Amino acid sequence: MTQIQTCDVSAAREQSSLRARFDPVSFSLRALVWLAALTVVVVFMWLVGYIVIKGLPYLSPRLFEWEYSTENVSMLPAIVITVLMVVLALLFAAPVGMGAAIYLVEYARKGSRLVSLVRLTTESLAGIPSIVYGLFGFLLFVVACGMGFSILGGALTLAVMVLPLIMRTTEEALKSVPDSWREGSFALGAGRLRTIFRVVLPAAVPGILSGVILSIGRIVGESAALLYTAGTVAAMPESLLSSGRTLSVHMYALLSEGLYVNEAHATALVLLIVVLLINFASSAVAALLVRERS
Amino acid sequence: MHAVFMLTACASIAAVALICIFMFAGGAPALFKIGLPDFLFGLRWKPLSEMFGIFPMIVGSFCVTAGALVMGVPLGVLTAVFLVYFCPRLLRQPLKQMIDLMAGIPSIVYGFFGLVVLVPLMQHFGGSGKGILTASIILAVMIVPTIAGVAEAALRAVPDAWYEASLALGASHERSVFFVMMPGAASGILAGIILGMGRALGETMAVIMVAGNQAVLPSGLMSGVRTLTTNIVLEMGYAADLHREALIATAVVLFVFILLINLAFSAVKRGMLRKLGA
Repeated sequence: MTQIQTCDVSAAREQSSLRARFDPVSFSLRALVWLAALTVVVVFMWLVGYIVIKGLPYLSPRLFEWEYSTENVSMLPAIVITVLMVVLALLFAAPVGMGAAIYLVEYARKGSRLVSLVRLTTESLAGIPSIVYGLFGFLLFVVACGMGFSILGGALTLAVMVLPLIMRTTEEALKSVPDSWREGSFALGAGRLRTIFRVVLPAAVPGILSGVILSIGRIVGESAALLYTAGTVAAMPESLLSSGRTLSVHMYALLSEGLYVNEAHATALVLLIVVLLINFASSAVAALLVRERS
Repeated sequence: MHAVFMLTACASIAAVALICIFMFAGGAPALFKIGLPDFLFGLRWKPLSEMFGIFPMIVGSFCVTAGALVMGVPLGVLTAVFLVYFCPRLLRQPLKQMIDLMAGIPSIVYGFFGLVVLVPLMQHFGGSGKGILTASIILAVMIVPTIAGVAEAALRAVPDAWYEASLALGASHERSVFFVMMPGAASGILAGIILGMGRALGETMAVIMVAGNQAVLPSGLMSGVRTLTTNIVLEMGYAADLHREALIATAVVLFVFILLINLAFSAVKRGMLRKLGA
């Protein structure tokens, strides 16, 4: 029956496309759609092509020397700080975000007042611009907590920023675990906590992981929130309380100083490669998820 | 353990509360000292002579956001339509990956591209090349993935039966898509547009590179502007006392605009869910 139905639809589609050839409205709509998609593709190719072609010649080993100086404009300290920032921010945000998602899916009664408040605030957090996070982090961590411009202050600010992302992806991952698994675990005598950690969470790992990878992307790309929390010192950090610039902030600093345009090209290329790798990782994890489910 | 999980769930409530408290407490003194009408509608931003009027920045923010929407909405929505209804099967996955990648490119890289490629191009039309139009183009490119992503999900949620019924009534593929499926997904598409609007309004680092950053009312499409977001980044580094408080108050104004947009977004989304549920 379904076979016949699909045949009918494709036949109808063929007929309609035949008719469309003589219909100026249909023709122009089709042209419009193709034009839009083509524009997006061309702009993307232009952007990526420009950065790769212009950045590649300036990607010299001197840019990766351990010590930063105004002569080599090394980006290695920035890379180290970026990695530190990612690890620290996730260390704060991941447990809290996952715990919150576990509460929402496994413990909370649906539609309780607390749940709707959590949802409302999470949605609000997701929409707040990064510069507002930056100012907030500046006022709370840098000034009120007395950390000064520091990697720790920047990481805490970013942790608040990626919290909604981790919460939402973990929540979706937990929801996609079938209820029968939980019931099976309960039937075997496991308690709620054991069920969560032994049955539900392992099954939800790919989904959670893709959320974490997305967060890494946000952290690597962030600059406005870090400018006035982690500061712009270009040297290798001595401790978590020393100021330091991530790769994105490094690039902003290069551009605003205006002296190192070539190095900025190379930094853009490195950032682009990092984003590309993160995207590949996230789609690989998503593919894993699909394979596991089927 | 129940209590521990509950506590972590309250983290987002605490975060929003802390953000509100710190922002309003930090900006309120300036609002009282300057006076709300003078602050919001004052035309002069001259920190050295203690004049803090952010009206030029409000206008600037709205101009670049509107410009971004004018270009970004058709591009984003039509790209979503292309992905769902017109894309050859082979192209679908690469195109989706490309749009994901566009969403992941850091805003500073967009700003860099604007600065080194778009600005010199715009200089052919006269002036410095930095201004509303340049900033709008960059922002439009940046919000395309946001709008396309949400619009695509909205289009996929419209029942296939609608499309088939439209074909059966003799409408062409294109007419069915544009006059049946798109109205069906209208509230979802609107939600995407609102989300894109929030992105554009809150964007900082890309705009700072290409907008020119003059704190005066713009006189045309090519004239330089400063937005609420860039005003903060540009001056926070050396601001003190009332000047710093005024900058925090600028962030408060931006925060309020974003909260309003968020409210609109969740209202539209709830409307969409109700419509699909019915």
